[in-house]
Amino acid sequence: MAQRVSIFVTCIVDQLFPKVGLAMADVLERLGYQVDFPEDQTCCGQPAFNTGYRAEACQVARHFLKVFRDSEYVVIPSGSCTSMIAHHFHDLFPGDTRAQRAADDLTPRVWEFSKFVLEVAGVDDVGAQLEDVVTYHDSCHALREFGIRDGPRRLLANVRGLELREMDSAEECCGFGGTFSVKFPEISGGMAGTKIDSIVRTGAKTVVSLDSSCLMQIQGALARAALPVRTMHLAEVLASR
Amino acid sequence: MSREAILNKVRTALGRSNGQAIAEPPPVRMRVDAMDAETRVASMMRAVEALAGKARRAATGEEARAYVAAVLDGKTAVASNAPFLRECGIVHLAGAQSGFTDAAELRAACAVADVGITSADYALADTGTLVMLASPAEARLISLLPPVHIAVVPKERVLSGLDELLTILPHPAEQTSSMVLITGPSRTADIEQILVRGVHGPGEIHVVVVE
Amino acid sequence: MSVAFDEKVHKTLADANLQLAIYRATARLIDHRKHAVTAIALPDYQELRTQANALKRHTIEHLDHYLEEFESNVAAHGGKVIYCQDATEVADFVLGLAKERAAQLIVKSKSMTTEEIDLNERLEHHNLESVETDLGEYILQLAHQRPYHIVAPALHLTRYDVGDLFARTLGVANETVPEKQALIARGVLREKFLAADIGITGANFLVADSGAVVLVENEGNARLTTSAPRIHIAVAGIEKLIPRAQDLAVFLKLLGRSATGQALTVYTSFLSGPRRAGEIDGPEEFYVVLLDNGRTKLLADSGKRESLYCIRCGACLNHCPVYRKIGGHSFPWVYSGPIGAIITPQFMGIEHEPSLPFASSLCGACAEVCPVKIDIPRVLLELRAEVKQAEERGGKNRLERLAFKIWAWVMCHPRLYEMAAMVAASVAPSENGKWLRSAPAVMNLPPVRAWLSQRDLPPAPAKSFRELWRKR
Repeated sequence: MAQRVSIFVTCIVDQLFPKVGLAMADVLERLGYQVDFPEDQTCCGQPAFNTGYRAEACQVARHFLKVFRDSEYVVIPSGSCTSMIAHHFHDLFPGDTRAQRAADDLTPRVWEFSKFVLEVAGVDDVGAQLEDVVTYHDSCHALREFGIRDGPRRLLANVRGLELREMDSAEECCGFGGTFSVKFPEISGGMAGTKIDSIVRTGAKTVVSLDSSCLMQIQGALARAALPVRTMHLAEVLASR
Repeated sequence: MSREAILNKVRTALGRSNGQAIAEPPPVRMRVDAMDAETRVASMMRAVEALAGKARRAATGEEARAYVAAVLDGKTAVASNAPFLRECGIVHLAGAQSGFTDAAELRAACAVADVGITSADYALADTGTLVMLASPAEARLISLLPPVHIAVVPKERVLSGLDELLTILPHPAEQTSSMVLITGPSRTADIEQILVRGVHGPGEIHVVVVE
Repeated sequence: MSVAFDEKVHKTLADANLQLAIYRATARLIDHRKHAVTAIALPDYQELRTQANALKRHTIEHLDHYLEEFESNVAAHGGKVIYCQDATEVADFVLGLAKERAAQLIVKSKSMTTEEIDLNERLEHHNLESVETDLGEYILQLAHQRPYHIVAPALHLTRYDVGDLFARTLGVANETVPEKQALIARGVLREKFLAADIGITGANFLVADSGAVVLVENEGNARLTTSAPRIHIAVAGIEKLIPRAQDLAVFLKLLGRSATGQALTVYTSFLSGPRRAGEIDGPEEFYVVLLDNGRTKLLADSGKRESLYCIRCGACLNHCPVYRKIGGHSFPWVYSGPIGAIITPQFMGIEHEPSLPFASSLCGACAEVCPVKIDIPRVLLELRAEVKQAEERGGKNRLERLAFKIWAWVMCHPRLYEMAAMVAASVAPSENGKWLRSAPAVMNLPPVRAWLSQRDLPPAPAKSFRELWRKR
């Protein structure tokens, strides 16, 4: 009986980048897992939390806890959403010890996708193949909250036909920051500009990251500058054969 | 009274009462490098040179004296009252004034002198630092006003680093009103991040370590 | 969102030369720090950070005790502690002392705390000349500008700016070589040091067990300020305390490296009291002004109290991608960068600049490099919640609040969520999302779509993930 894993695809993948979710499911199945998609899933609550609306974030978090209560593993194609759940859910329920316990119980069960592949599946070569020259952008939450830095690079290094080039400011924020990009579009755009300049200097044809929100931000800036560089989520790269 | 007002606000903010006891502060792990004397001196010299200072070893006090004389080369100097300088015969070098005990006279001399000559209470090998405690032997301004500073230090005063200094001298305030750590020549990068030496303090320093 | 903030941000972003200056200066400081904290250069770096955080936490949690211990030790060494609640009290003290001593000239070394209380301005109105002696601060004083950065105050000025400034204010020839400019300043300031009656400094650390003031610098002006005049006044926030001299083994290793990549700055002064019997020079009088000015307010908030741990190294500024774009002068108060963003609302009230906590992408680079491990993103998030609570009480931003209420409700009802998503998808053209720019962000759309309002988008997908999953 194959190990079951639940996937939380995130609202942004669900609505705007469904291929990322499919790719992630493909890879997980290839690794021998049975993938379960709890249909009642919606969002992790981060948009509200980041904007300061804790009560609203709390409601959404409660729903999330309910949906994934029985999942042994929840695999997520996003560092920022995983961080929201693992690091902030607890604080959304001040005085509600039951909910806090549920949140704490969930924390070790949620996994950013690349971390799951490397540490739970214990694999750094998923048999992927992609002829391309890519550069990798370190998503802030994955990098700083989970220490995810070498893992994705190892996974990319094992993709046949793939050349990975490091950009000089891989660890600098792309400027998305959710509500930040709406409230401060000029600063956000400036940060994206610095990021794509760095990308262009590598000569890579594709930018890879493990957060769709970063990719969306970067893609938006690339398109605005009419640059022929595409973005791909790590899951999509790993799903390529 | 502001004192009471502020202390009361602090206590209220922290939920503490007047005179309430405290827990011990977290211990600080001192990492004292077990360097032998040779390694220390070599490290000190390297560190001083890396900071664009000049480092020199002298086998004897006489050799130290000769080096200082060469640096002085006819310029005027103020030398501190450090016994070690007297031992090396440095206080009587041509052009050097020493023996100041009056603040005004000292300041006037330092303000026009080309070179300030001192010893040092300690030196820190890992960072190339001179440790100077104000005392009857060492005035503050000698290592500060003249554009050149020469420090002549006996080898045994070279410590491994800051941790060792604070281990052997955990209460500097009991000894002196001023302990200064001098690490290289004065510098600034305030204008376009361009490095300029000797802005206020000496732009040129020499450290002579004597056997 | 305040117009002033927006305008300053816009102006800075539009100034290509300034963008380059900020980027380069911070890039250099980033690089220097990086090399100073490698596993080889400082193997205990992470452990030191943990220790520093623990020491600051302990001190702050017992601040009253350490204030009194400090005060007692200052007195024991012949100095005096003056507690001041605000800027006026500090100015009154200095003016009072100056009058009593018939002092006319003050030399000052760099101190953000004295900037915070506008000390120079307050003194100047009383025929007391107060001269900044740190080269960068001296330049700014002549230019009547505020510091741009904690450690590199004049990073926004070029050598030509400085040349013009000196020519205009000092009556010297227009000199544009930095080494020569420094010499000009040195000459002018040397005279001031030697003639000054009072030297005013800040304090990097106040050492409780020694009654000592620790000053960290590269130029030598702080040493001169505290050695030449007969009176030394150190002005410091109450949070600058550390328990013991030994604790400097932790803090000094972190401060220089985090700020400029230096293992130790050129001069570190440990000053306790006026000159002792037998000492040849040094001040005859020694005062430490302990300033509140709102710090007790921050102290009272246990959730954000860690904001007081700051040792003013500037690392968070250097690494902040937002600071690197908008620079120091965009910020509404003297403290800029991430630390400025969290303490300004706490000192000034969140109404002072309610958008400030939101001017961050929460990337966490600041927290990663903070030597005392202040969790700046967490404090920003708390401040954001406070801003929204205040808006609710004040009936402001109703539309946004309503949008999020609806959003949350939808997110808790999966079938509704699916329906709303499908409706939105069918209404939005599958070509680029340009139309979204004209749609107000508070429309009943998933916030994801609101975020997209400023960008060129790829076409919106025909089917959502769940629709595709069902067909799989």
